[in-house]
Amino acid sequence: MNHSVTEPSRLQKWVAGILVVGYALVTIMPLAWIIATGFKSPGDAIAYPPKLIYEPTLEGYVNLFTTRSRATPETLAQLGPPQTWYDAIVRQYDMVISGPSRYGERFLNSVIIGFGSTFLSIFLGTLAAYAFSRFRVPLKDDLMFFILSTRMMPPIAVAIPIFLMYRQLGLSDTHLGMILLYTAVNLSLSVWLLKGFIDEIPVEYEEAALIDGYTRFQAFSKVVLPQATTGIASTAIFCLIFAWNEYAFAVLLTSGTAQTAPPFIPTIIGVGKDWPAVAAGATLFLVPVMVFTILLRKHLLRGITFGAVRK
Amino acid sequence: MTDDNTSRGTATAPARLRRRIAGLSDRTLAFVFIVPTILLLLAINIFPLIWTIRLSLTNYRANRANEAIEWVGLRNYERILTDPDIWNSMQATAHFLIWTLVLQVLIGFSLAYLINKKFRGNDLWTTIIVLPMMLSPAVVGNFWTFLYQPQIGLFNYVVAFVSGVDPASFSMIGDVRLAPWSIVIVDTWMWTPFVMLICLAGLRSIPDYIYEAAEVDRASRWRQFWTITIPMVLPFLMLAVLFRGIENFKMFDLVVQLTGGGPGSVTELTSINLKREAFEKWRTGYSSAYAIILFVTVFGLASIYVKALNKVKER
Repeated sequence: MNHSVTEPSRLQKWVAGILVVGYALVTIMPLAWIIATGFKSPGDAIAYPPKLIYEPTLEGYVNLFTTRSRATPETLAQLGPPQTWYDAIVRQYDMVISGPSRYGERFLNSVIIGFGSTFLSIFLGTLAAYAFSRFRVPLKDDLMFFILSTRMMPPIAVAIPIFLMYRQLGLSDTHLGMILLYTAVNLSLSVWLLKGFIDEIPVEYEEAALIDGYTRFQAFSKVVLPQATTGIASTAIFCLIFAWNEYAFAVLLTSGTAQTAPPFIPTIIGVGKDWPAVAAGATLFLVPVMVFTILLRKHLLRGITFGAVRK
Repeated sequence: MTDDNTSRGTATAPARLRRRIAGLSDRTLAFVFIVPTILLLLAINIFPLIWTIRLSLTNYRANRANEAIEWVGLRNYERILTDPDIWNSMQATAHFLIWTLVLQVLIGFSLAYLINKKFRGNDLWTTIIVLPMMLSPAVVGNFWTFLYQPQIGLFNYVVAFVSGVDPASFSMIGDVRLAPWSIVIVDTWMWTPFVMLICLAGLRSIPDYIYEAAEVDRASRWRQFWTITIPMVLPFLMLAVLFRGIENFKMFDLVVQLTGGGPGSVTELTSINLKREAFEKWRTGYSSAYAIILFVTVFGLASIYVKALNKVKER
């Protein structure tokens, strides 16, 4: 056979390439626009026709992280020249920085709750996945389905009793409460994904370890765990992305101390339609996920389908 | 194989504990490994679900905790099923579901088909296409309100540029007729890559020899497409539709930030409607019944669908 029938022709490759690249460029446009808007001045952001070429400024980022107040010319004159570059940006508008904004706090909450719940769901998930993968568990299929089905519930449906329950237990608007909640939501994903990864590690390794006199627990922790590292890492990132992006529970169950960034970013717009600040907030928040997506390319499909589809 | 704890000379208690863990039988170990997960899921999923069912039979209001709770039986359910507002939400949700699924399946499959032509650099472009779906729907929804601004938004500008309409003359999220489409567009932008990835997995699972055999039988390309490609990808496609269907039925964050259910209530999908009943009007018992109806609907539809899916798989 001089050519394979399934190998596309050069022309086909070209046409396919052009169409896909075209779609990709259209798809990336809104995202590129968010990032670009973050570096515009408020005037440039709402210019018509939309500005492709503009003088980049960090004003949006300064506005995102600070609260400012208007100052009279006299007070400004008393203050003397601006001390730092961000002071300088604010002074152009006759303003002075009066303190930090709440964005940093919210972002930090996202980090704490995201990593806390990821750690916990990976810890519990790995143990359960190992047990489901290696032991004869009674009602195994039913339990696995039960775990999966917890993901089908609309968050609002369980939010009402969780709201009441948390109020009773003093868990509302606390980091711990949100960590436990996100852990529960993520457990279905982490058990299903990790079981898939552990299933792929040959049982022979453990058997060899057992023969060498290891206990079952040692075989698990010293033989299986190291082998499952890649799987655990990618599962962890998927759990993190979920907790990072979650909005419904965050907006319903938190109001202040434990509120994450997704409910907060839209409120930045509140006063004065400061689109660059919103864009800056969104960009900072989205960038980690974009980086993870690029790192995760290979595991993407498995992660988003709970391992139900294998490449 | 001594462990680090004992070598550091800390108390003997951890060592003893460790030995006890090490000596566990397989059965106990399985139990110890699984129970925490099940307990947490029971506490945060099943217990609230049962509680919701209980509340749904009362007239309880969470903002008036001191009022006596009255049992009303199935009256909440009756009221919901006869409420025209709720039927409007159901209808809006159904429209949203149908259009997003149709668009995402068509575009997603086409993209996967093209990417499967293995042109140079397809890995890079696939990654770019996949990006939107990994982002936070709430943040994305919020930012699209900027892109949809009549005078200054990029979306209106591009549409105007292509079609020649005045960009200030239409407002995607302010117009009653356009608002439902504004959410369909953003959802399709975000989730088409999901369908695409699954279709791609399906296409890649078809072994080459089937096509080679078809070629020997002189089947036309068109015929090969309909008798080999489509049937082989169908189970994957159906799985994608199942996942997207469940997710879009629950859709909340994106729409809340994009249109907030408005203008009026044309984009008030069921979950937004439910949130309003539960956390704004505080009709806790009533909204619990609503939640149960939604949950039963998703579960019912999903089970029927999974049966169909299994039939397709068997073929």
